[in-house]
Amino acid sequence: MTLYDFFIGPFAEFSFMRLALAGCLALALGCAPIGLLLVLRRMSLMGDAMSHAILPGAAIAFIAYGLSLTALSIGGLVAGLAVVLLSGLVTRLTQLKEDASFAAFYLLSLASGVLLVSKWGSNVDLMHILFGTVLAVDPPALMLVAGIATVTLLALAIFYRPLVVESFDPEFLRVASGGGAVGHFVFLVLVVLNLVAGFQALGTLMAVGLMMLPATSARLWAQSLAGLFATAIVFALAAGYFGLLASYHANLPSGPSIILVAGLGYLLSLAFGRQGGLVWRVLKLKHLEA
Amino acid sequence: MTALTLENLTLAYNRHPVVHHVSGAFRRGSSTAIVGPNGAGKSTLLKAIVGLISPNHGRVRFDGIKRDDVAYLPQQANIERGFPVSVLDVVLLGASGRAGWFGGVKAADRDRALAALERVGLSGFAERSIGALSSGQFQRVLFARILVQDAQLILLDEPFTAIDARTTHDLLHIVEHWKQEGRTVIAVLHDFEQVRNHFSHALLLAKECVAWGDCHDVLTHDNLRRANAMAEYWLADAAVCHRDEEVTQA
Repeated sequence: MTLYDFFIGPFAEFSFMRLALAGCLALALGCAPIGLLLVLRRMSLMGDAMSHAILPGAAIAFIAYGLSLTALSIGGLVAGLAVVLLSGLVTRLTQLKEDASFAAFYLLSLASGVLLVSKWGSNVDLMHILFGTVLAVDPPALMLVAGIATVTLLALAIFYRPLVVESFDPEFLRVASGGGAVGHFVFLVLVVLNLVAGFQALGTLMAVGLMMLPATSARLWAQSLAGLFATAIVFALAAGYFGLLASYHANLPSGPSIILVAGLGYLLSLAFGRQGGLVWRVLKLKHLEA
Repeated sequence: MTALTLENLTLAYNRHPVVHHVSGAFRRGSSTAIVGPNGAGKSTLLKAIVGLISPNHGRVRFDGIKRDDVAYLPQQANIERGFPVSVLDVVLLGASGRAGWFGGVKAADRDRALAALERVGLSGFAERSIGALSSGQFQRVLFARILVQDAQLILLDEPFTAIDARTTHDLLHIVEHWKQEGRTVIAVLHDFEQVRNHFSHALLLAKECVAWGDCHDVLTHDNLRRANAMAEYWLADAAVCHRDEEVTQA
């Protein structure tokens, strides 16, 4: 087998592999920067919670309309936004902190989703919603994922300043412009959108992996904000490409392969990362003059 | 001329007031130190002035000062110190009011930020990441940000706590300069010597306003003793306050 056969052949030969690859690349472009902002805000686990929150919406849509891409996406989006809005409201009106109100609502959401699927769907359906099928990405699904990636990148460009300032010094933003709530809400909507994009390909449980793993890996390499965004995107793109390759050659399910490749990137970063990687600790470099 | 008026202001957590029926005015161009024991409502008052909490009763009125003309330095800035931004970026945030959410930072703002860094004694630190700063240096950065904000009303909540003598001296010098420029400064402080030497007015707070006026009239032995006695407790079974109705009936 030549290098071409190994690295390019699968995509040249099969159109479903090309669609899957395009989907993964689009997904990586949107998810990685959002994941990075989650990491910087210390909200890493929030992404996980949100990924469960979209389940009942997708489930209801599935029961009503079957495996319709549009219905599943709209359902997931509505459920995710409802959880974001409700927990935002609770955080503002009661003394509960954001993590507590998110936890409460996502658990409610998850339980009702599982209940719906097991009562009116089948286990196969549940597996499909939970774990996705990147190899079944068709042109409409690709349009959706690419559309969400486009919206995400545009929104990041437009709201970059409030989004970053809100992660770094929220009080300053609230006092200086009163725009804290808007920035926060825009951000949460972007998180939901990208999870919806991700769950088409990777399923609700795996979608968050492409968000968080490249972002945490980037934190171990880059120091500047721009460098972090770039590194996270490169890691996510690589995870998509090599994950699909591994899935093709070793005949493995594609979603977990992609996430495991991202996880491998994380482990390598943990060992060799320029910013706090473990190998530098072992090397015990001599300290500087001052 | 007044800059800011408190009108019968009551601020409460869970219905228990921490600032209780406080009225008075801050003169424009004055520097007022808010002093009082722990739990006297000093930080709460500043938060109400900048609008982070809303009054349970009464109100805060600005006279001729716009909301975005206020700079606020919280006691423990809720800032993520590991965030990957440079010192210059943080100082430039002071210009974000002028640049808006979407506008770019102008060369003039950049020059102003670099000048501000020089004034707080941190020239040459512009490109460093904020994670590498000591708490004293970081406080200097936050002062530089206020310098760039160019605000008419400046609120400082215990700005010199856990800050060494030299940094305190340098930053107090900047506060003096703000006074000369006619800005209104309100600072929560604990060091009475500092207050007497650098502030024209003092507000002694112990939930209620114990004394408010010229520094030397406020910081008397008697007043301080009264303030300490007043702030120590709150009652779990406190009765509902009817003071306003009594005032209207009388």
